[in-house]
Amino acid sequence: MNIYVLLKKTFDTEEKIAVQDGRIEDDGAEFIINPYDEYAIEEAIVQRDTHGGEITVVTIGDEDSEKQLRTALAMGADKAVLINTEEDLEEGDQFTTAKILEAYFKDKDADLILAGNVAIDEASGQVGPRLAELIGIPYVTTITSLSIDGADVSIEKDVEGDVEVIETSLPLLVTCQQGLNDPRYPSLPGIMKAKKKPLEELEIDDLDLDEDDVEAKTKTIDIYLPPEKEAGKVLEGDIGDQVRELVSLLKNDKKVL
Amino acid sequence: MSDKLLVIGEVRDNDIRNVSFEAIAAAKQISADAEIVGVLLSDNDLASAGEEFIAYGADSVITVTHDNLKNYTSEGYGQVVLEIIDELSPNGIVMGHTSIGKDLTPKIASRLSAGLISDVVDIEKDGEAAVYIRPIYSGKAFEKKAFEDDFTFVTIRPNNIPALEKDVSRSGEVTSKDIDIKDLRTVVKEVMRKASEGVDLSEADVIVAGGRGVKSAEGFKPLYELAEVLGGAVGASRGACDADYCDYALQIGQTGKVVTPDLYIAVGISGAIQHLAGMSNSKVIVAINKDPESNIFNVADYGIVGDLFEVIPLLIEEIKKVKA
Ligand SMILES: Cc1cc2nc3c(=O)[nH]c(=O)nc-3n(C[C@H](O)[C@H](O)[C@H](O)COP(=O)(O)OP(=O)(O)OC[C@H]3O[C@@H](n4cnc5c(N)ncnc54)[C@H](O)[C@@H]3O)c2cc1C
Ligand SMILES: Cc1cc2nc3c(=O)[nH]c(=O)nc-3n(C[C@H](O)[C@H](O)[C@H](O)COP(=O)(O)OP(=O)(O)OC[C@H]3O[C@@H](n4cnc5c(N)ncnc54)[C@H](O)[C@@H]3O)c2cc1C
Repeated sequence: MNIYVLLKKTFDTEEKIAVQDGRIEDDGAEFIINPYDEYAIEEAIVQRDTHGGEITVVTIGDEDSEKQLRTALAMGADKAVLINTEEDLEEGDQFTTAKILEAYFKDKDADLILAGNVAIDEASGQVGPRLAELIGIPYVTTITSLSIDGADVSIEKDVEGDVEVIETSLPLLVTCQQGLNDPRYPSLPGIMKAKKKPLEELEIDDLDLDEDDVEAKTKTIDIYLPPEKEAGKVLEGDIGDQVRELVSLLKNDKKVL
Repeated sequence: MSDKLLVIGEVRDNDIRNVSFEAIAAAKQISADAEIVGVLLSDNDLASAGEEFIAYGADSVITVTHDNLKNYTSEGYGQVVLEIIDELSPNGIVMGHTSIGKDLTPKIASRLSAGLISDVVDIEKDGEAAVYIRPIYSGKAFEKKAFEDDFTFVTIRPNNIPALEKDVSRSGEVTSKDIDIKDLRTVVKEVMRKASEGVDLSEADVIVAGGRGVKSAEGFKPLYELAEVLGGAVGASRGACDADYCDYALQIGQTGKVVTPDLYIAVGISGAIQHLAGMSNSKVIVAINKDPESNIFNVADYGIVGDLFEVIPLLIEEIKKVKA
């Protein structure tokens, strides 16, 4: 099976966010694989180990994205592709990302593409379905179980807590939700092997794309931090008094009762 | 010529979801004098749902009833919505940022080569143009976005943009439309209901959420009672779900539901960053935890340091008193 994983590098969840001139300050920040993309990598490995085939991990990013790609290779993916837009493109949005991926997948015979359900930074959840539509294959989002039998695919999908059992077929794009699997940690031999696995670097030129083809449809006007919350009030005294004070504050000050 | 905006509504168990009414209000904020065309899809008759959509501010409604619309699939809904767009040529689309909204809108946007601003919590005007505010980095920051061209396409987060007052004196045309849905490659075989009956978490005004501190499924009972006296819903941390005290359907956080109720009561929850990602934008946050150092107190408006099993029964009694 010809399996692809879409990977985005994101800020480490534990990072504090700072804003400078309307942009997120990312100097010195730790980056990780978007957590949902870890589920995608793990599932790709499980499916490959069951059905055979090869896993290619694809990211659009910059030079530094190599780190996350190597981690995916160390987990068990076979090949990696970095589409480096650093030199060519300034602005981009989900349209841009999907168009670049479309161009990449044009001559690939993908049976299964796995993406994350959402990237935890910009969190639109658009890229997977957008790409599937552009390359004309069906998609199922937020999956929590995947079984493949020949070309037939059976899926469990999380729908705001309910579970849908879905039948479809390959080729297919899925986006991964928590509960699908437990992503493995790279093993030491895995890390050693990853250093020698192929990592191809492309630019949009190699994909026959111009800046105009991928021009963003939306623009970011400003980024700002939420107003600093006033320090909360920890109530004091006898528990019974605290409860009464709380109810009074909720009712009279905040008017939420 | 004034704008024409489509509002795609969601019908669940024959009721329109509240977020769909909020989407109408959002459309009005985007363009005050726009013509608002509601779109409702189901396998059931939608005439009365259509009337309700009008009462909440739509100018007209198109309904499509077809067996293949019983369960949402991106293919089935996609075919219908694209055909309606083709016929009406709207200048924009608004929908709820729900399971269906998140799944469907990127497909439509891709087909239209349009931008899409997802998960909007507020709309501002910069002269004529609308500016959209959305949380990023799990609610740790916000961004203001706008469209490069004049096609508008947004999904709105439930519970942030208030719906308009229902006005049954409003009138408008509800048209049922026949659309042929071609064979679907993706079929929903079965739906297993896990989310509890009653108030929908993502739309609840009050949420009582329990964590590992609640210690057992049994321990959640007082939380259900508290939620009931408050007319709210029960949620949970992943800690509580992992420990099997409740179903994952209740999980709030980065990998669970994102909620913005008026009142969020966190009970026996430590306040891990992944949990905060799902609730930190709630309007008022109350924390009940026995550990005064617990991180949840850093986001809480009010905190009670104490044993939840002592505090919750007292709280239920006190609220019953003031509600009586
Ligand atoms: C050239 C360029 C310039 C950009 N400039 C900016 C900028 O100035 N400011 C800014 O905030 N953002 C910028 N972006 C990022 C862009 O706005 C979005 O972050 C990106 O389209 C992903 O959207 P999302 O974060 O909502 O991901 P989602 O749609 O939520 O991601 C869902 C899934 O899609 C896949 N995916 C997402 N992004 C990628 C990727 N890059 N490579 C491979 N797979 C991916 C992953 O599987 C992910 O889990 C730029 C992007 C590009 C390509
Ligand atoms: C990729 C990823 C995604 C995640 N996504 C989510 C998510 O979506 N949602 C989520 O919630 N978590 C998520 N987590 C997990 C998160 O990191 C925490 O582990 C989890 O939120 C902890 O749950 P908790 O607060 O219930 O448990 P704990 O951290 O164990 O806290 C229990 C609290 O209960 C208090 N307590 C104990 N007994 C009592 C008592 N009798 N009275 C009062 N207080 C008491 C304790 O003081 C403590 O503060 C995610 C983690 C990862 C790595």
